[in-house]
Amino acid sequence: MDIKFALETFWSLAAALPLTLELAATSIVLGSVLALGLALARLSGILALDLFARVYVFLFRGTPLLVQIFLIYYGLSQFPAVRHSIFWPILREPYWCAVLALMLNTAAYASEIIRGGLLSVPHGQVEAARACGMGRFMIFRRIVMPQALRQALPGYGNEMISMVKATSLASIITLMEITGVAAKLISESYRVIEVFVVAGVIYLAINFALTRLVAFAEHRLNPQLRAPLAISAELKGEAH
Amino acid sequence: MKKMTAIMASALAVAAGLMSMPAQAEDKKWTKITIATEGAFPPYNLTKADGTLDGYEIELSKYLCDHMKVECTIIAQSFDGLIPALNAGKFDAIMAGMSATEKRKEVIDFSMSYGSTGQAFATLKGGDLETLPMKGELFSLASNEAGARKAVDELKPLVEGKTVGVQTASIAARFIDEYLKDVVEVREYKTTEQHDLDLVAGRVDLVMASMGYLKTAVEKPANSDMVIVGPRFQGGFLGAGSSVGLRKSDTELKALFDDAIAAAKADGTIKRLSEKWFGFDLTPQ
Repeated sequence: MDIKFALETFWSLAAALPLTLELAATSIVLGSVLALGLALARLSGILALDLFARVYVFLFRGTPLLVQIFLIYYGLSQFPAVRHSIFWPILREPYWCAVLALMLNTAAYASEIIRGGLLSVPHGQVEAARACGMGRFMIFRRIVMPQALRQALPGYGNEMISMVKATSLASIITLMEITGVAAKLISESYRVIEVFVVAGVIYLAINFALTRLVAFAEHRLNPQLRAPLAISAELKGEAH
Repeated sequence: MKKMTAIMASALAVAAGLMSMPAQAEDKKWTKITIATEGAFPPYNLTKADGTLDGYEIELSKYLCDHMKVECTIIAQSFDGLIPALNAGKFDAIMAGMSATEKRKEVIDFSMSYGSTGQAFATLKGGDLETLPMKGELFSLASNEAGARKAVDELKPLVEGKTVGVQTASIAARFIDEYLKDVVEVREYKTTEQHDLDLVAGRVDLVMASMGYLKTAVEKPANSDMVIVGPRFQGGFLGAGSSVGLRKSDTELKALFDDAIAAAKADGTIKRLSEKWFGFDLTPQ
């Protein structure tokens, strides 16, 4: 392994880091909103919404992301109707096609994770909250959401990590993110090992930071796992 | 004393025998070789609807193998991985419309050229680049560098701000990088067919690829709006033309290929096959 070359490679690949992060962040944020909507549709009890969400999850979880990217980028542009529609300014850009594919894909997986989290909250708690006179939205905000989030977080962390890695597929639709630049460097230098090792290290670093963030969020959301705060106030009343 | 001489003589004989060993090992008789192609670069090589390979190089390889008296297997592989895989020993030769460029010669060896078409541009009919000047004129970077540069300078203001599609790691990509990088936006594709799709979709304004490839591409029904425009470039870093890529250590195999290609040139096989597949004669001069 040539250290000097590896270092040069590192700087070339680091220049592509913002695009990778942007792709991952945009698709995770947009995807999570869609995922919440899909999870709520599944649990809504309204047949049409439930069915739609089921079919959606089945389609996007059951086909490879690579195929989805190809269909959205090269497939849709085949139809003159699409090229003359109001969506073309977005679909024309490889960046938005990649975001669209990643977002639709992650929403399918994440909706199941969120649904699992929502279902993990015991029904008795909801009944108790209702008995206390809380409205539907307040129950969701105070009782269901915080616990569902806590339950879903480890699974959702997994999903975010796989999204960071999935951005590498965007290189096939001309986006020069880390893997795209790596492939270009290899085709120019024919040095596979150095380039891919450096690219791998960069992905590892991103995901290391991400897992730390998820662990921190888990820590914040689980007060029962933290050391109890020292109580300084003296007990009154029944104390002897 | 006589005994000593005898021992020394036999020792010398053994030493000589040992020294000639590696040479013998190098003289490995080639009876079976595997040739890698891309299978997505018509008319050089293409994959038919039934999954079998066909094209100019596939037919030419049959002739070359017959001439070399070796048994050949042809496999398809993605273009950007061909050179590393050759050096890793996954196959023995590359015939994938690959030009023998200086950069590639640093890592692999090439046979003599078996076809040269030059690099050309294509755009959409009715677009403002359809009237690009110097249509069909050929500029050599090797023998007429100044002329080529002048032609590029003439093109520059016309293509300024346009998006150009090229195949990753192709010589067209290198050409854009050297001559037009500061005025155009470059998009790199895995295959030339993908940049055609984006040209037709209107995502890129211009593509640059080998003339041989573009000539068949514009004839496809899906590309009926595509048209070849502007000048052609060849020579220099664009390479002498397509050649068989070989490992640097396989000098014997290179000699076999050179001999077979020379025969194909001499008996008109290259002319016949290139006219069949390209519609014009590719015989390198």
